[in-house]
Amino acid sequence: MLSEEARKRILGSAEQFPDRQSAILPALHILQEEQGYLTDEGMKEVAETLDVPYSDVAGVASFYAMLFERPVGRYVLDVCTTLSCSLLGAEHLVDYLSEKLGIKVGETTPDGLFTLRTVQCLGDCGSAPVMMVGDTYHENLTPEKLDALLADFAAKAGA
Amino acid sequence: MRILFKHLDVPDIDNIDVYLREGGYKGLEKALKEMTPDQVTEAVAKSGLRGRGGAGFPTGRKWAFIPKAPGPKYLCCNADESEPGTFKDRELILRNPHQLIEGMAICCYAIGASRAFIYIRGEFVEPARKLDRALGEAYDRGFIGARVLGSDFSVDMTIYRGAGAYICGEESGLLNSLEGQRGEPRVRPPFPAIKGLYASPTVVNNVETLANVPHIIINGPEWFASIGTPKSTGTKIFCVSGHVNRPGNYELPMGIPARELIFDHAGGIPGGKRLKAWIPGGSSVPMLSAEHLDVGLDFESLTSVGSMLGSAGLMVMNEDTCIVRATLNLARFYAHESCGKCTPCREGTAWLRDMIGTIEHGAGRMDFIDKLVDVADNIDGRTLCALGDAAAQPVLSSIKLFRDEYETHIRGGRCPFDGNGGFALRRNA
Repeated sequence: MLSEEARKRILGSAEQFPDRQSAILPALHILQEEQGYLTDEGMKEVAETLDVPYSDVAGVASFYAMLFERPVGRYVLDVCTTLSCSLLGAEHLVDYLSEKLGIKVGETTPDGLFTLRTVQCLGDCGSAPVMMVGDTYHENLTPEKLDALLADFAAKAGA
Repeated sequence: MRILFKHLDVPDIDNIDVYLREGGYKGLEKALKEMTPDQVTEAVAKSGLRGRGGAGFPTGRKWAFIPKAPGPKYLCCNADESEPGTFKDRELILRNPHQLIEGMAICCYAIGASRAFIYIRGEFVEPARKLDRALGEAYDRGFIGARVLGSDFSVDMTIYRGAGAYICGEESGLLNSLEGQRGEPRVRPPFPAIKGLYASPTVVNNVETLANVPHIIINGPEWFASIGTPKSTGTKIFCVSGHVNRPGNYELPMGIPARELIFDHAGGIPGGKRLKAWIPGGSSVPMLSAEHLDVGLDFESLTSVGSMLGSAGLMVMNEDTCIVRATLNLARFYAHESCGKCTPCREGTAWLRDMIGTIEHGAGRMDFIDKLVDVADNIDGRTLCALGDAAAQPVLSSIKLFRDEYETHIRGGRCPFDGNGGFALRRNA
């Protein structure tokens, strides 16, 4: 169930636009923030809250790379593998992460901590190779930096 | 010569007090108090400012297309920066969000819009937060909101976060996304200036374009037109990435030779290696080789050597880079980002990716090369938006300049470069 607060935020967002349909994408961001991914039930609640067809909500949800239609790990490691990052070794970093975590790209570790993904250009090519985790970009990556980051995430999760 | 980055060394320029101390919002004040909306548009036209998102359309002319008739009009700032190799708008927003807000407010005054949206890619969480704080400050101080600076002009601005889709940087895809639809491009005409957001007249401008506007208003169009080249005026933020010693954003006058940017400003190629190829304007423009390093980086000069300025995202590749592998990387990008609306792009980008992949992995046939050209030619110019044209460019240009590398892959039945194809891991010393 969507929390009352999320519902309020969604309705508040709808007021910012001449057409409430515009609030579908902001609402999906809110839903994902609250539930970790877009549950079918959650999308139906978004449709009801905004009074728009469920098919429109599902259509928007399936269009964007950042919206998850399945459960993901607590930390989603989005490694950019477009040209500038790849030229500086992004694909090696993906292999490194894959081996270290024991999962393939697209998979989640059994403890639910990490999901490994490759993504297209993150728009930060001057600091390549780059990885996005949650709200944050991690730049100029090396295997050593990745080791430190993973240890940090694991420690935070354990705390 | 810094205009947009002139405050780069001023600490806390993202704070409105610091921005005001540095002369911020003086452009908006001048526009509102001393100029009519038409005079603002005229000044922007006279400055020669052209769109910084990639197409280079004259900004003043775009604004002048907006009908004068009453009714809602909109400005959409395109902050969906997703073109591979481009990372200037992110820095412009992070460093100096008020500069963009001021430019947007001036544009809204000129075109008669009382609503503006900033469409920012979903991944830019930190820049969006910074912009949100700055918008709050600008509202509090009366630079946006009702009756700006005591005038009759009112404007509201709203941030709209995308969620990961290259196509939403295309202006009509952006409008659909903002309307809560799938971000697929629209059939044009009608163009956004006549029927854009919510079927109303709309200007869609890139972040860098709008950030230039306050400076043009303050210093005058003649000043701006005196910088750069006669047809490509002003400065440009050049984004340099790939195999260079000092990757980053460099604001320089339009027309600066590529060699100077890559070797003087960006420090040349690491390890004293030679440059093999470079892409001047983001992945969507034709790649060039070492032969073209003396070309000026401006709209006209790059067109004259068969490429384009685009977004000025320069990607540099050293002599160890496998061109087939680099092209495969970009072919994968376009196949992934094609929205699937137009058949030539949806099917063609996948064919390009698969054929180049087969060549790179050693199973290609000689007739693949001409077939690649044929498929690319059949996407180019046959789609609703420029994504299809863009997808064709890396393939066509790499075959034109480096056909021998494709042939070596096919004849040898393997990639002739070492296991990494020049995609080595840089050790940060």
